[in-house]
Amino acid sequence: MSTVNQSKFAAKGVNRRQFLATSAKATCAMGLLGMGLTAVAKQSSQLDPLAIRPPGALSEDDFLSACVRCGLCVEACPYDTLKLARWFEGAPTGTPYFTARNTPCEMCEDIPCVKACPSGSLNHELTDIDDSKMGIAVLTDEKNCLNFKGLRCDVCYRVCPLIDDAITLEMQHNARSGHHAMFLPKVNSDSCTGCGKCEHVCVLEEPAIKVLPTHIALGKTASHDTYINTEETTLEMLNKGLEL
Amino acid sequence: MSQTLKQKPTTHGFAKAAIKELGWWRAHKFLFLRRLCQVCVFALFAISPFIATWAGVWLLKGNLSASELFGVVPLSDPLASLQVLMTGHLPELSLLLGAVIIALLYAVLGGRVFCSWVCPVNMVTDLASWLRRKMNLPRTTEMPRNLRYYLLALVLILPVLTGLTVWEWVNPVPVLYRAALFGAGSGLWILAAIFLLDMFISERAWCGHLCPTGALFGLIGKVSPVKVSAVNAKDCDNCMDCFVICPERQVLKPALKGKQPMITDSDCTQCGRCIDVCAQRVFQFQNRKNQNRIALKAENNQ
Ligand code: SF4
Ligand code: SF4
Ligand code: SF4
Ligand code: SF4
Ligand code: SF4
Repeated sequence: MSTVNQSKFAAKGVNRRQFLATSAKATCAMGLLGMGLTAVAKQSSQLDPLAIRPPGALSEDDFLSACVRCGLCVEACPYDTLKLARWFEGAPTGTPYFTARNTPCEMCEDIPCVKACPSGSLNHELTDIDDSKMGIAVLTDEKNCLNFKGLRCDVCYRVCPLIDDAITLEMQHNARSGHHAMFLPKVNSDSCTGCGKCEHVCVLEEPAIKVLPTHIALGKTASHDTYINTEETTLEMLNKGLEL
Repeated sequence: MSQTLKQKPTTHGFAKAAIKELGWWRAHKFLFLRRLCQVCVFALFAISPFIATWAGVWLLKGNLSASELFGVVPLSDPLASLQVLMTGHLPELSLLLGAVIIALLYAVLGGRVFCSWVCPVNMVTDLASWLRRKMNLPRTTEMPRNLRYYLLALVLILPVLTGLTVWEWVNPVPVLYRAALFGAGSGLWILAAIFLLDMFISERAWCGHLCPTGALFGLIGKVSPVKVSAVNAKDCDNCMDCFVICPERQVLKPALKGKQPMITDSDCTQCGRCIDVCAQRVFQFQNRKNQNRIALKAENNQ
């Protein structure tokens, strides 16, 4: 009887050892696989940092954690603006984006793409399309922009749904001719929705104005930079001084 | 009739006995029906946009990751939804509701019914295994079947660690749908890779050993009342045709040789191919609760 127990015990020992060995192997394999997958995911999300997302999209990292790549936003868009990304193209595979130069966002008042999104990667709190921040238009090339050459091209200005708010024309003396004015397009980053209509219509072969994702287009004050506050404080002090 | 068959050695080719005994149609019935089902589900997604422009009603919108039935009922992939939750993002209610609806549906129908009746990858892996059979490729060393549960765990842990739904980058299940519905054909390399893996490296490697979607649906299906049962296990003449065709053949032995004829193992994909290929009519779909034969509409048509 004791031998039976012995063998049973021995068998158990082997099983446990086998079990541990198998688990260790599996854990290692999964660890490696996990690192590989993460690398692929991280890599390809960095691949296309210029992807312009649909209105209401969360910040890129949050967007990538939320979007299930269902394409419901794509099918909801009446203008065929949105596309689901293919592999190594435009954006991380399967996520929605649009190329403003080809088809900009028409800024639908009822924002059907946001309503359709089941995951909330397009934030349902966005109810006014004018508040959306798909990106920010940036006049990237002052050299070739026709308005900078003293011509009255203005198409980007005139096509903007938020004309005179998101984009304005700044009159400036034309030093070259001496007696003409130049009208320089200027984007107001607080109002620009990033719809991309300006980029879409720019008459140049390569647009001089481009929509960039907000995190690329906008600068950011470091938390220790206090000069902006200094300005405020100074003003405050002056005001107070005047009050006295 | 079956007596004579029992004596006959069945070395004259796969499923020949079943075709002879039941006729070609009945020996391929479930294969045909589930191919039809797979194609119909896909077709519903594909033609819905046209129906929508013509009749104003979307039948199915989206893809297998998340979709909308008739524009109202949300449906979503439980695995994708779980991944989103694991990143710490709280999705809209519709995604969670959709995941619950799908989970309940497959808890009733049988979890891996998704695999054999809906999943597009199934057609690829079945093709690989069919070619394998035709070309007489040798059976290769088996990977452990529970690898898929490790992979499932990994798929759910990675979002916690990285904040990204990492698996959705490579998940082959939505690839074909995305490719065909949204023109994202470049993802098809993943299906090609799986085909080659199944064909030349390890038999049934993907669906039978690795796929985390299948693993999750298997877990969901544990409670399902619908099962395949070896009701006539005593008539089994060891022709082994069911073992040849079954994508999860480890589930068959306990049913055929054990005490309980019902295949309770949730790995069974309920494809019904074992019913098709068995000349002895050993297998049937059964209801676990009252063990009544489920009157499948298709069977009644026979
Ligand atoms: S706001 Fe309208 S045009 Fe713009 S992406 Fe959404 S649905 Fe398309
Ligand atoms: S609807 Fe939402 S979850 Fe679906 S693809 Fe669009 S952004 Fe992603
Ligand atoms: S992207 Fe261009 S057109 Fe659209 S709001 Fe901004 S400035 Fe106007
Ligand atoms: S195991 Fe995975 S890939 Fe295979 S049929 Fe099931 S869900 Fe599809
Ligand atoms: S046991 Fe039968 S129904 Fe289940 S997977 Fe195998 S062949 Fe299909």
